[in-house]
Amino acid sequence: MGSYISWALAENMKTYKADLHIHTCLSPCADLEMSPRNIVREAIKSGLDIIGICDHNTCENVPYVQKCADNFDISIIGGIEVTSREEAHIIVLFDSADALFAMQKTIYDHLAGTNDERLYGDQVVVNEKDEVVNFNKRLLIGATELSIENIVARAHDLNGLAIASHVDRPSFSVISQLGFIPEGLQLDALEISDRNRIDIFKGMSLPLVTSSDAHCLNHIGKNYTNFTMECVNLEEIRRSLLGQEGRKVVT
Amino acid sequence: MKIADIVQKLKLNVKSGNDLLDREITGGYVSDMLSDVIAHAKTGYIWVTLQTHLNIIPVASMRELSGIIIVNSRQPDPDTLKKAEEEKIPVLGTDMRAFQVVGKLYQLGISGEHEDI
Repeated sequence: MGSYISWALAENMKTYKADLHIHTCLSPCADLEMSPRNIVREAIKSGLDIIGICDHNTCENVPYVQKCADNFDISIIGGIEVTSREEAHIIVLFDSADALFAMQKTIYDHLAGTNDERLYGDQVVVNEKDEVVNFNKRLLIGATELSIENIVARAHDLNGLAIASHVDRPSFSVISQLGFIPEGLQLDALEISDRNRIDIFKGMSLPLVTSSDAHCLNHIGKNYTNFTMECVNLEEIRRSLLGQEGRKVVT
Repeated sequence: MKIADIVQKLKLNVKSGNDLLDREITGGYVSDMLSDVIAHAKTGYIWVTLQTHLNIIPVASMRELSGIIIVNSRQPDPDTLKKAEEEKIPVLGTDMRAFQVVGKLYQLGISGEHEDI
């Protein structure tokens, strides 16, 4: 009976190709060609089923990317790549726009400074028609006053997921800044940016994902993770990361 | 040079490890990236940083550092100080910037040099 049930569950499952970490032209360090329309077009071309939109400390372009995807068979998950006070990057992802924008408010309340376009680059809010809505004036490249623990806890309070960004990189990662993953930190996964380095992290007790961290169009989908699950929502992604009832992630 | 000497000369606040101030300082290191500290700090070094996260204590313990100076008036979390007491790591605070602290330590004869450089 048990095996019949797991077989029945597996029948309902599909494998989705996901790149959960893509920047838009709102990130000062991303190319201006990263407009919502171009990103969705490129993601479809790369065969992706799910993309996560994660700009530095902001989510203002997420609704426009979602509008672009309305008539296509691709799911957009709204997120933010938050910079902690330790200068580590954490990806937070949400199902609901309310939760996403509540997270953004927490970040904005703890983020000081004004952007200098000449030094850091433009921070452009662009709509689904490729029209400039406005320029974000905040210092998005800066660090918030939120600790890593605060960021993870806030994301979870809002029913989101928290993934440590590019932990294999020598800068702005939890491991570069803090030496190792703090004990008791409730991360949902670790993101590895170079597939060749995945093996180093396989012994850790946290699930692993790989994503592109694309800042330009031709990096979209360069790294991705396959999620085997029933449908696309954050709860299914969470359950896949935990490997529950036949769901799985393959990097 | 002992921790007690620099506490007195640099007017540092002792935040943990009041009973450990007779430790000898062999040199120093300044960095806010803990992975870098793990890679380069040596036994007995005093570590100057603005990080206050709990992880600074295990790093200091692993490298057998003589103590940590937290600069810029930053306040370590209560958890950090609790762990510091457990791991017997002196944590010292100051309003000074890292540059000033390191300059003063150098004047006292504490250097960050070792044979690899």
